[in-house]
Amino acid sequence: MELKRFGFIAAIIVVLFSVVVLIGSSQSSPLVIIGSMIATTIAVATPLTLGALSGLYCERAGVVNIGIEGMMLAAAFFGWLASIYMNSIFGWAALPSLIGGVFFAIFTGGLFALLHAVLSITFKVDQIIGGTVINILAIGVTGFLNRQMFFEKGSIFGGNVPHAPGTLPSLAKAIDSLCNGGCGGLVNSISGSVIDQKPIALLAILLVAFTHYVLFYTRWGLRTRAVGEHPRAADTVGINVQRMRYANVIIGGLMAGLGGAYFTLESVPSFEPLMTNGRGFIALAAMIFGNWTPFGAWAAALVFGASQAMQINLQIFRESIPPQLAILQISYIVGLTPYILTMLILTGIIGKTTPPAADGVPYEK
Amino acid sequence: MKDKFSINVVWDWLRSAWSAMFVPILAVFTAMVVGGIIIALVGGNPFDAYLGLFQGAFGSVKALSETAVWATPYIFAGLAVAVAFKGGLFNIGAEGQLALGAVFSAWIGYALPDALGFDLPAIIHIPLAVGFGMLAGAVWGAIPGALKAYMGGHEVINTIMMNYIALNMTSFLLNGAMKDPSPTNVIARTPTIAMSARIPRLFDAEVLRVHWGFILALVVAGLVWWVLWKTKLGFEIRTVGANPDAARYAGMNVEKIVVLTMAFSGMLAGLAGSVEVTALNYRHELGFSMGYGFDAIAIALLGRTHPLGIVLAAILFGGMRNGATRMQFLTQIPTDIISVIQALVLLFVAADAIIRFIYHIRTQEERVVLTRGWGG
Repeated sequence: MELKRFGFIAAIIVVLFSVVVLIGSSQSSPLVIIGSMIATTIAVATPLTLGALSGLYCERAGVVNIGIEGMMLAAAFFGWLASIYMNSIFGWAALPSLIGGVFFAIFTGGLFALLHAVLSITFKVDQIIGGTVINILAIGVTGFLNRQMFFEKGSIFGGNVPHAPGTLPSLAKAIDSLCNGGCGGLVNSISGSVIDQKPIALLAILLVAFTHYVLFYTRWGLRTRAVGEHPRAADTVGINVQRMRYANVIIGGLMAGLGGAYFTLESVPSFEPLMTNGRGFIALAAMIFGNWTPFGAWAAALVFGASQAMQINLQIFRESIPPQLAILQISYIVGLTPYILTMLILTGIIGKTTPPAADGVPYEK
Repeated sequence: MKDKFSINVVWDWLRSAWSAMFVPILAVFTAMVVGGIIIALVGGNPFDAYLGLFQGAFGSVKALSETAVWATPYIFAGLAVAVAFKGGLFNIGAEGQLALGAVFSAWIGYALPDALGFDLPAIIHIPLAVGFGMLAGAVWGAIPGALKAYMGGHEVINTIMMNYIALNMTSFLLNGAMKDPSPTNVIARTPTIAMSARIPRLFDAEVLRVHWGFILALVVAGLVWWVLWKTKLGFEIRTVGANPDAARYAGMNVEKIVVLTMAFSGMLAGLAGSVEVTALNYRHELGFSMGYGFDAIAIALLGRTHPLGIVLAAILFGGMRNGATRMQFLTQIPTDIISVIQALVLLFVAADAIIRFIYHIRTQEERVVLTRGWGG
């Protein structure tokens, strides 16, 4: 990705941070505010980063995926449900249940991606409609099961709904419990710092680097890009186009599944219908903004994360907002920032992006 | 020429209508079967559930009236999505356009008499309220249309973003400036609209809520058909949808037509919200518009983007939503199962290859290309 784009992204993030630092300066020191902003930004950017990586695997292989939102929603629900089952019914401890839940969420994402692959690759359904099917199906299934299991009189738990096992611990807490309190110095230096994130947030960053390596430095990545750019040529040299596309769409689903796990197993210990709230679509915009590259997508996800972090922090410093900027007191207005940013960015104000050449085109042998 | 109007013409028309309806009917049937399996899996009796669903939807005069009430916004919103499809555009933003239409109609409905200081006659007030709702929807649709036409921003993501923006804006308005000021009210909703802004019901009986908005929906479906197939604008919309390059070479202003198509589509979605406010609820309440956007896509596809098909699909979906309450009352199956069945309907309609595969139907007709990738 070109430097201009990174410069633009850095500039937006600096502006968003400055607003909060200036407003909060009467209540807290700038360093503390910046530290908390960075931590919040990384945390809330997690599902966006993973969603963008999901889209990246699919689209680099030539399959448009607007079903990320639905994959994340379904993964959030089923991962959470699995953790409750493991914790309350199988009697596992909280941490293993949560980790089991994460794996189940990843599996759910893969399963929904498999459906998308069958629709768009085998049956050659219009890929945007296929993605819409995934989104509607996820809303319907999670809404139905959530009500059937937890709210109806004849629910599976017989009105005695068990509690969710909580959320995943942050890095400092995890190290602390691993060492049995023996590495206090390390824990103290991590605790409260920017890298004291929860596991999925850290994993997401590692996966960005991993995806960059896979896409641009491995044979697998070369083949993936080949079927996304020129499937006919790839086919001619003996690459199985359909199989490469299936594999990448499913890998994308696994990423979206991990992103879904963030909502119910890392962020809050509960599920609400429609809780992904458009993050899957914003992730897609981040991927486009990042010009179909992992680090570009991550940087774009951080912009959206920063705008959400600004919204959260402005709520905290609500009292200090000067009357000239009273509009920032209205959370409905500040909450529009990521959506408006997405639209501005898609209009190509910072230069044109180039999708993979065969993106969205079914391959006919 | 005379024998052109012979029985053969009717026969050909019937046969083409049947072949168009074949896959949607099988899709609905298959979705009901899969839905029935899900009901059985969660411990219900699918036959009882579907019997309750049918009774609740079509089993009495009151049920039929309520089904028509449910179908009305579905017809408008389904037409909205279909018009965009005809122009090669995917409008996922019907929900936001509908919400804004509802907000503006409610505003004209309750605030205008106070602002003017005198009561308006219904013949002026109703068209004003509905017209402003349509205008709001049209503007909300035209924005992503213009972004697409002149700046290349893909309408799928932009219409979704516009949905969230509309939702935040309506929350802001309904919790603030437009909130019902009556002392007992704690809900985010507008005051009720003036009597003069209300579209009347068809019957005097209190239980029959079906209103002239339903008739309006049928008329608008006919008008949309006429515009799309009998006017220059409709021809341009369909040409741009089928092949924008050819349209450009033929001298059409593709950018302008894209914006017009999205405005037309948004206007119909806004009309859905307007009619809900002026003919049924007499106010706008936060959250009522949720889910209409996706339902509208399913209806447009089930109706094969043809106005007649959309009316039928809307009545089917309206009947399901309406009958679900009775089904839940009789069998304790949550009404949310309808969302699952509708998603399955969409799945099987979109992937008609699956249906053809299951029922071994050979295909002769050419595939309709509805949307294109990001490059667009």
